[in-house]
Amino acid sequence: MTATIFLQQIINGASLGSLYALVAIGYTMVYGILRLINFAHGDLLMFAAYAAIYGSTLFSLPWFISFPLAVVATAAMGILLDRAAYRPLRDAPRISLLISAIGASFLLENLALVVIGGVPKGFPRPSVFDQVISVGELRIQIMTIVTPVMTIVLLMGLLYIVHRTKIGKAMRAASKDFETTRLMGINLDWVIAVTFLLGSALAAAGGVMWAMKYPQVNPFMGVIPGLKAFIAAVLGGIGSIVGAVVGGFLLGLGEILIVAFVPELALYRDAIAFLILILVLLFRPTGIMGEPMIDKS
Amino acid sequence: MKNRNLILNILGISALFGVLRLFEAYGSEYQVRILDNMGVFITLAVSYNLVVGVCGQLHLGPNAFITIGAYTSALLTMSPAEKQMSFIITPLVWPLNVLHAPFALSLVAGGVMAALFAFLISFPVFRVRGDYLAIVTLGFGEVVRVLANALQSVTNGPLGLKGLPPRTNLWWSWGIAVLTTLLVVKLINSSYGRAMKAIREDETAAKAMGIDPFRHLVLAFMVSAFFSGVSGGLLAHLITTISPTLFTFFLTFNLLMIIVVGGLGSTTGAIVGAVLFTWGSEALRVVESDMNFGLFTIPGIPGMRMVLFSLILLLVIIFARHGVMGRGEITWNRIASGWGALAGRKSA
Amino acid sequence: MQFGGLCAVNDFSIELKPGELVGLIGPNGAGKTTVFNMITGSLKPTSGRVLWLEEDVAGLPPHYVAARGIARTFQNIRLFGDMTVLENVMVSFHFRLRSSFWEAMTGLPGYGREERRIRKDALEFLEEMGLLHLANEKASSLAYGQQRRLEIARALATRPKLLLLDEPAAGMNPPETRELAELVRELRTKYDLTILLIEHDMKFVMGLCGRIQVLDYGITIATGSPAEIQCNPDVIRAYLGGEGDGQCLR
Repeated sequence: MTATIFLQQIINGASLGSLYALVAIGYTMVYGILRLINFAHGDLLMFAAYAAIYGSTLFSLPWFISFPLAVVATAAMGILLDRAAYRPLRDAPRISLLISAIGASFLLENLALVVIGGVPKGFPRPSVFDQVISVGELRIQIMTIVTPVMTIVLLMGLLYIVHRTKIGKAMRAASKDFETTRLMGINLDWVIAVTFLLGSALAAAGGVMWAMKYPQVNPFMGVIPGLKAFIAAVLGGIGSIVGAVVGGFLLGLGEILIVAFVPELALYRDAIAFLILILVLLFRPTGIMGEPMIDKS
Repeated sequence: MKNRNLILNILGISALFGVLRLFEAYGSEYQVRILDNMGVFITLAVSYNLVVGVCGQLHLGPNAFITIGAYTSALLTMSPAEKQMSFIITPLVWPLNVLHAPFALSLVAGGVMAALFAFLISFPVFRVRGDYLAIVTLGFGEVVRVLANALQSVTNGPLGLKGLPPRTNLWWSWGIAVLTTLLVVKLINSSYGRAMKAIREDETAAKAMGIDPFRHLVLAFMVSAFFSGVSGGLLAHLITTISPTLFTFFLTFNLLMIIVVGGLGSTTGAIVGAVLFTWGSEALRVVESDMNFGLFTIPGIPGMRMVLFSLILLLVIIFARHGVMGRGEITWNRIASGWGALAGRKSA
Repeated sequence: MQFGGLCAVNDFSIELKPGELVGLIGPNGAGKTTVFNMITGSLKPTSGRVLWLEEDVAGLPPHYVAARGIARTFQNIRLFGDMTVLENVMVSFHFRLRSSFWEAMTGLPGYGREERRIRKDALEFLEEMGLLHLANEKASSLAYGQQRRLEIARALATRPKLLLLDEPAAGMNPPETRELAELVRELRTKYDLTILLIEHDMKFVMGLCGRIQVLDYGITIATGSPAEIQCNPDVIRAYLGGEGDGQCLR
């Protein structure tokens, strides 16, 4: 393997990893506050991709308007999801909340199947992103560069909100101690809604870029990226935003490099992520950046 | 009291098999097929409920056990000649290519293999709890699917196994359902079952009372896997064709819906849920086929059933968390004391 | 014992003689429950030993420690809420069960006999704690005082040598508290128990315990008979701050 091919694979891995990272952030934020794996989070990717398609084709909007609109619509969808499926169960046993999440995920997927149909739709990728840059022997599609750059920019924005604004402070407080935050007179429903808004918006950005990268949009396209992004969040240390991004990049790089070096493993690619998850949980359940968990008994 | 219940059990089971006999003799092929399915789903739901409802661990990988049971049993009932013909791309490994076993033995083998797999994965699975346990078991379900696809020399890959002997009939499917129910109920009502429920209710307190959670969770997991594996064998010989795409997370979702609707933790609830589900998914076929009203036709919408099922699961878990039965059971004592099924809801 | 950078209990040492009834007191957050958690294996001490019957049980799993004869109750009541009162007590017999899992699942007669004996013994514990009439009620439906008593019954049913009671009188009214003190005394004699208890109700502790150890910020500040503790200036200061000089606790 030449250095050029290796570099190429690194860039591909970072590109895939940045998508996992965007989706992982939503998981980690919701988990941090509600201690819930939002199973339907991956389906928001699918929702965003369809929203972008319909914005571009049905309403013939230019991509720089239809894509942001898709992000806004998905953020609204995320808030609706919390309102309908999770808020009624705030004081219910944890298992009920998780079952509700699974139900919501299936509902979204099958509604899409019924309304739109199972035939994969092509994605109207703007031709800007098709251009190829050559650096020496390296040839890189703009698309491959855009995703990691976009991820870093969005991450900076998110970190600013979480660490420098009032609502961000409330979010951090809620993830440290839910009950006390409630007692302090902070409107938790509002905090949670904002969490879903931010997480869903990032997932939407991830979904649109995912669809540009793999332009086959179908009702179940969010399932596997969703699961992998969750694994990335665990790998990075659940509850930590930076951890989720680190985990996402590591998982993307790992998948691409393993398959590049050992092509026979390509068939097993989807199992690799779960293997990583199991290993992390066995040997370092707090992930790379996570804080140690203390069982308050 | 005890004798009375025993007699009533025997009478009840005899009546059940009497009805099945009538269906076998006079029922249509369609009715018999629904009943076959119903029996298998009762076994699946009762054994799945043992882990999720009784032990309180949201395990999302029963489809892995079903897959393992189905493949094991199918590979044993196919004759060596048939296997040689099916495995056209990569030949089947020894000794699977020469083994041939009767149906009953193949079912037991399917169950044992599934239980063995459950034992192996229980070490990582029960290191964690709650949402993590859910995602790890889901992961193992995926891993088994990936393996069924990739290990061509064992599973024939994406081609799957075709032309299995249609050995599953009403007697097998309901016989195993009754046997599973009797054994699982016995287990739940025993000291071991109490320990499992204690772990569900408060694991810290259970440990402080001398109960080793890991040991009991593994036991429940393996028993559940065994019966799921047997059901996998039954399903394989009911459908007669199996492939890696057959037992996906969809199947797990359906089982979860069955036990949630029936009432998590209630065995009779699981049975009621399984009956409602198999009957309901047939009845609901209407919404997926064209409806002709003479003057106009409402086109059927494929996939509508899953939308309805997801809605039912959501509505039950949000508005009626305890399902039909809560944690109550229909027992002879209850029926005798005239409370009827309503009492299950009252005490929940 | 350290949580993160925080030291919850430091250089703690306690020695219990067989049959003793010792009180562990101290202001909120002094580390009393942490001591219980370390003894029962819920927490592994960062350093140090927990010697029990000549064995170091520090860091061993709680179910193992329980089987070695140490039982406990919980400050924030942890019953098996959805199970009946009788079942709650029967759970405690499980770790001694002789019948195998197969015998139980197939309902062999040997198991049936054992189950009947467990039921009978469990009912006796309930009778002793005055809960017999509630045997078939759900544990979560019990009144507060009854739940506390059920926790003690459940702990007793493991047949411990050492019983740890975490604030057994919390939330009880004075007559109930007096009744409880009487009960604890009786149980100690009847079952030959060593008892270590955490309690905030000074009257309860002073009247019941032969020896008291006072914990503040994870450090033992005094130990002795109730009379010695009551007027110990360090203890007064821990509880009342500077203003308490020259007073006595009661």
